[in-house]
Amino acid sequence: MSKRSNEPFLWLLFSAGGVVSALLMPIHLLLFALAFPLGWLDGPGYEKLLVLLRHPMTRVYLLVLCSLPLFHWAHRFRFTLYDGLQIKHLSEFINVFCYGGATVGTVVAACLLWSI
Amino acid sequence: MANRITIEVTRYDPAQDEKPRFDSFEVPLRKEWVVLDALNYIKDHLDGSLTFRWSCRMGVCGSCGMTVNGVPKLTCATFLSDYAPGPVRVEPMKNFPVLKDLVVDTSDFLVKLEKSKPWIIRKVEKPLDEEYFQTPEQLEAYKQYSMCINCMLCYAACPVYGLDPLFIGPAAIALAQRYNMDSRDEGASERMDILSQHDGIWGCTFVGECTQVCPKHVDPAGAIQQYKLTATMEWVKALVLPRGSE
Repeated sequence: MSKRSNEPFLWLLFSAGGVVSALLMPIHLLLFALAFPLGWLDGPGYEKLLVLLRHPMTRVYLLVLCSLPLFHWAHRFRFTLYDGLQIKHLSEFINVFCYGGATVGTVVAACLLWSI
Repeated sequence: MANRITIEVTRYDPAQDEKPRFDSFEVPLRKEWVVLDALNYIKDHLDGSLTFRWSCRMGVCGSCGMTVNGVPKLTCATFLSDYAPGPVRVEPMKNFPVLKDLVVDTSDFLVKLEKSKPWIIRKVEKPLDEEYFQTPEQLEAYKQYSMCINCMLCYAACPVYGLDPLFIGPAAIALAQRYNMDSRDEGASERMDILSQHDGIWGCTFVGECTQVCPKHVDPAGAIQQYKLTATMEWVKALVLPRGSE
């Protein structure tokens, strides 16, 4: 195949991030930002949550939850800058800023998750 | 309903005029008249030099696409009375070079259309006296995309095509998909070489205007997103089985 594009990989991250942002993120926000703090539901409590958080699978899950939406943002924001601000000629800088930003965000999330 | 309406029409001859201007004409406002009828009235009775394309007058040929009050429309299917009391502004389709008045140069689209190979490709043709059978379900898979009449309204509406003329564009991709999804076709891999390039499906940012303006209810934006998934799956396959995908 000629001129193979790396876009499929970026689009895969973008679409996976879209699914996570649309389906999983609202559940977490509803539970941890509204339902537990406002007492609509009885929260699991700090100690229980901490035990849950220290389980490797929880960490991996939360890393995915943090990382994929960042790549979704990166892809969207890249095209917003390309077409919205019409600065596509700065594409190399934009690409590094967007996907680099998402990568840095992922690393920071991993550091935080594994340091708890 | 007032019995007359004002039509403002773009006039432009690139050979003579520095920039386009608008000429205003008063035409009868009749309930059954479409914008194309008004243009024909102007040409027949008011100014014979007005230049525009049209042919079938029934939304089949795709020749009379123009910008009506800022929106890409088939002028044969756009009723004047919907714009009463007016004025109605008729401009050439956006994103194409203007040849004269309302006529645009469509050669870029025609080159792209041919590139996407919108015809049935067979590795081996059946003999002429043998038929290719197709079930109603197989027909349904691509029927929507086969409604495209190449009117190019989707190109006029697409902001990505406006910014990047290299983008292959909505109709060419939707028509490629029309043949990709046809059970008689075996040309999907040939088309993928063209469609999966940067200027192919990946140029699309899913603005969705193409689907909004399509007068035949084709969904080019849907076709492109569907094809992105297909191309991504092929990309994953090629990654996992580098030799098997050749």
